[in-house]
Amino acid sequence: MTSIGTGYDLSASTYSPDGRIFQVEYAAKAVENSGTAIGLRVKGGIVLAVEKLVHSKLLVPAANKRILTVDPHIGLATAGLQADGRHLANRARDEASNYRDQYKTNPPLKAIVDRLGLYVQAYTLYSSVRPFGISTILGAVDKDGPSLYVIEPSGVHYGYHGAAVGKGRQLAKTELEKLKLSDLSMREAVLEAARIIYVVHDDAKEKDFELEISWVGEETNGLHVLVPKDLLDEANAKAKAALETFE
Amino acid sequence: MDRVDVQQLKSGEVNLGTSIMAVQFKDGVVIGADSRTTTGSYIANRVTDKLTHVHDRIYCCRSGSAADTQAVADIVHYYLQMHAQTTGTPSVHVAASLFQKLCYENKDALSAGIIVAGWDKDGPSVYNIPLGGGLFRQPWAIGGSGSTYVYGYCDATYKDGWGRDETVEFVKNTLALAMSRDGSSGGVIRMCVITEDKVERLFVPGDQLPKFWEGDEVLPTAVAWK
Repeated sequence: MTSIGTGYDLSASTYSPDGRIFQVEYAAKAVENSGTAIGLRVKGGIVLAVEKLVHSKLLVPAANKRILTVDPHIGLATAGLQADGRHLANRARDEASNYRDQYKTNPPLKAIVDRLGLYVQAYTLYSSVRPFGISTILGAVDKDGPSLYVIEPSGVHYGYHGAAVGKGRQLAKTELEKLKLSDLSMREAVLEAARIIYVVHDDAKEKDFELEISWVGEETNGLHVLVPKDLLDEANAKAKAALETFE
Repeated sequence: MDRVDVQQLKSGEVNLGTSIMAVQFKDGVVIGADSRTTTGSYIANRVTDKLTHVHDRIYCCRSGSAADTQAVADIVHYYLQMHAQTTGTPSVHVAASLFQKLCYENKDALSAGIIVAGWDKDGPSVYNIPLGGGLFRQPWAIGGSGSTYVYGYCDATYKDGWGRDETVEFVKNTLALAMSRDGSSGGVIRMCVITEDKVERLFVPGDQLPKFWEGDEVLPTAVAWK
């Protein structure tokens, strides 16, 4: 046992003597190594943005999306292990389609998040599996208006006005708190989201990054889509300009 | 493939050879039904309640096999309790979709024609789920064996924009006419007025049904013998 430490961190089905589950905490560490993802709940909808770190010049730009669509009105952004993100998005799609089959109506985001929470939590119960190495931001506009949630590797989920996960989450949260989110328009929110991603990006440590932004709400006729190229270009340009005055 | 005839009841099966209807109006819906349950020609129950609660402001009118429709309504009632706990108060549309799913997926085994009606925060609504398990939203719906006699009456009488009292009268008169022509319908009229505030039950005894033309006996002309 000495050669492998205390042994309390070997499986997600073992508590440490002080009541922690190390495997879940390690999963949270996997999230901290990932590019930042943020979500803003504003007046007319939801804006999601991620800082996608580009680890190779050979990668095709705009490929390997970290923002995915779960149902026409539900968007999902992950920070952490990309493969886990895609797996959870597929699970979310199944849940949404089941809900639709049964009730013949758009699934409310709350219902999907509850189910995904149960799914993620189940991976903290067994020695044969590892917990999800992702924090997930989900945003949608449903019959009750815009809503935004984060699911952690432990399976807990909270509703937010503004959410940030990944490497730069602390600074991103500070920036989000400065905004009057409920007064922002969706377009303003896109520009703010881009600015925040640029602010939290650490060029000293990280190489290049690609900005990915999606939105759902009044501007998109209730559909979750990536923002159009001209708006993304504007957001990139304004964020860069703001960064220069910021420093 | 041999298909079971869904119209055919098993021998001795209790039938709701019925007259049921639901009509939406500005503030809610009025649903109504006769009260006859038969096994063949025998009236197994003459004061049946075919207006079945499935959630706070959502009811269904049942026609077809009593056993099948009770079972389906029980299952939907359970699903809606579950829905209320997890997602919040269910809409009439959600309730109707659950009925539709059960009726469609088990169409070979069931004999159930159900009207779902109620009030939710989008307002009042009526959904018709006929035999094969279709789902149709309608301003008014009639069902059961008695309904065939009164389609013309409903088409000729129904108007948009009625209030509560006019709608209640319409339901009462339609059912009385259906019950008088249909041998499998009869007894009393039960109605529910479902609005945001409450569900009000109305009862018309069998000897106080609205009366319409009941026929004059036409005797052969007397032969003049004088």
